[in-house]
Amino acid sequence: MSLRARSLHLSLGGRQVLNGIGLTARPGHFSAIIGPNGSGKTTLLRALTGEIAPQGGTITLNGQPIDRLAPETLARRRAVLPQHSALGFSFNVAEIVSIGLATHVGTEAERARLIRAALGLVGLPGHAGRLWQELSGGEQQRVQLARALVQVWQPVGSDGPRWLLLDEPVSSLDIAQQLTVMRLARDYATRGGGVIAVMHDLNLTAMFADHVLLMQDGRALAEGRPADVITDDLLSRAYGCALRVRHAPEDGVWLLPHGAVA
Amino acid sequence: MVALAPPQAYSQAGDRRHLGRALAIWLGLLLIAVSLLSLGHGASGVSASAVMGDWLAGRDLSATDRVVLFDIRLPRLLTAVLVGAALAVSGAVMQGLFRNPLADPGLLGVSAGASLGAIAAIVLGGLLPPAVAAFAGWHLVPLAAFAGSWLAMVALYAIATRQGRTSVATMLLAGIALAAMIAAVSGLMIYRADDDQLRDLTFWGLGSLAGASWTKLSAAGPVIILALVAAPFLARGLNGLALGEAAAAHVGLRVQRIKAACILSAAAATGASVAISGGIGFVGIVVPHLLRLIAGPDHRWLLINSGLLGASVLIAADMISRSVVAPAELPIGIVTAMIGGPFFMWVLLSNRRVLDA
Ligand SMILES: Nc1ncnc2c1ncn2[C@@H]1O[C@H](COP(=O)(O)OP(=O)(O)O)[C@@H](O)[C@H]1O
Ligand SMILES: [Mg+2]
Repeated sequence: MSLRARSLHLSLGGRQVLNGIGLTARPGHFSAIIGPNGSGKTTLLRALTGEIAPQGGTITLNGQPIDRLAPETLARRRAVLPQHSALGFSFNVAEIVSIGLATHVGTEAERARLIRAALGLVGLPGHAGRLWQELSGGEQQRVQLARALVQVWQPVGSDGPRWLLLDEPVSSLDIAQQLTVMRLARDYATRGGGVIAVMHDLNLTAMFADHVLLMQDGRALAEGRPADVITDDLLSRAYGCALRVRHAPEDGVWLLPHGAVA
Repeated sequence: MVALAPPQAYSQAGDRRHLGRALAIWLGLLLIAVSLLSLGHGASGVSASAVMGDWLAGRDLSATDRVVLFDIRLPRLLTAVLVGAALAVSGAVMQGLFRNPLADPGLLGVSAGASLGAIAAIVLGGLLPPAVAAFAGWHLVPLAAFAGSWLAMVALYAIATRQGRTSVATMLLAGIALAAMIAAVSGLMIYRADDDQLRDLTFWGLGSLAGASWTKLSAAGPVIILALVAAPFLARGLNGLALGEAAAAHVGLRVQRIKAACILSAAAATGASVAISGGIGFVGIVVPHLLRLIAGPDHRWLLINSGLLGASVLIAADMISRSVVAPAELPIGIVTAMIGGPFFMWVLLSNRRVLDA
């Protein structure tokens, strides 16, 4: 039971974006995908969601090839938070979150309860009636997260663990909200679900991830425990600038002073 | 009024469905009222209430009353109901599909495609093998109109949407180009037409319900009814599509199937309504837009309410078209354009931010 990609090859618009990359994400773990801009993180995640089919390689979800799963089955097992969201019309928050329940079979009361609970979790209780266009970027991002959460509300189902695939889930959030969302994802994993998140913030990655994939040019530069991947040498090579990893004395959290700290 | 009080089940914060439902009740009542008004209104001065009174009292109707009511006004009313609903619902479906409140069959060449199909059927129908022509019969014109609108819709969608994203500018410009090209071909066809066919054809340009008859209704009506019945089943899919194709697929919707069904139902409704009454503009843009302002864009009520309000609007426009220059009548397309044009301008202006992006 895992979400596993093996030697994926994928080109978009004539460019080779994924170059034989693989990833094994386990339920109960928070797996982070890091790497510089344009290294193919979003593309890898889109392949893992089943949204784009790679030209080579295989992806299995809980042991089954992802391209053989019916859309409804896939939707029951994994939910996706895209990097960007746009909306055509003036839907309100509750209506958007309810789209996550598109293939949900349950009573109206149950749906309402899920929507309310998810909005509470992402720190937007009382926002149900607000219009999308009138929300801040950070609020929009959390509404989309709530929409993903209601879709796979129970981290483990009768057919195995459920998966949250998040593309830069905290990119437009303030520090407190970043922690809220990271804890929420962490908690989902602790309760038996799987989380795969594309991350830009290396500190948060070090704090929360169990497993890290460091990407460069569509390849894996390193994959493993945070302590093994988040190192001076690997990060400096991947991001192309001098980086040092430091230890915070009290709680053992890794910190990354950016730039050349001579 | 009881209908407006949100019942307990719907009192969840942010749930606007009680608005949609209350609106549906009011719009249903409005439709009944406008229909009765329209039945009692016409050049002959036959009063519907008097006739109805006679009929209920078991008295025989006079031959004139019978003809006016059942052979003239009733088919015309039903035509207005079906065409109005078809225009508004196909507008709402198309707007959902293109994720844009400006998408409209009339504006973007889809109605033009239907007209071309109808014109081709009239002008070239005689060239068909007699067996085929006989088989198609009265259905030939609506079928050809449907084929025309479907082709236009598919072409428009293919041009305006790439990798699941619709460009507003491309959509509008492609629609304009498509409409112009189709109009040119239609012009060529008309050039080939004889006098009889010409008379048949002129009314397509302006849009009119004057030609309404049981025969036309029986040919195009079933197609419209099918499309209208199918539309509410697209609601969930259209709500998902509002988030974009990728997100709709993520939540488990079968995006390709939904898109094909949207194109098919919008094209069928447009094609069949054009076959009966020609191109009647603006209903498809104005009606859904108003309803979105009142009860939000949730398609679960938007599509149904669009049908109800579209029907009422077209009945009212038809009454106006019959009374302004009575006993002659104005083509209904002129009435909807006079009212819908300025409204459309307002929609455009309130969407300027989206368009300029
Ligand atoms: N649809 C596309 N067509 C062509 N190139 C693309 C497309 N999507 C992404 N790319 C390219 O693939 C590379 C990786 O993109 P992406 O996966 O979004 O990177 P990341 O998320 O790591 O920043 C980039 O160079 C980007 O320009
Ligand atoms: Mg990215």
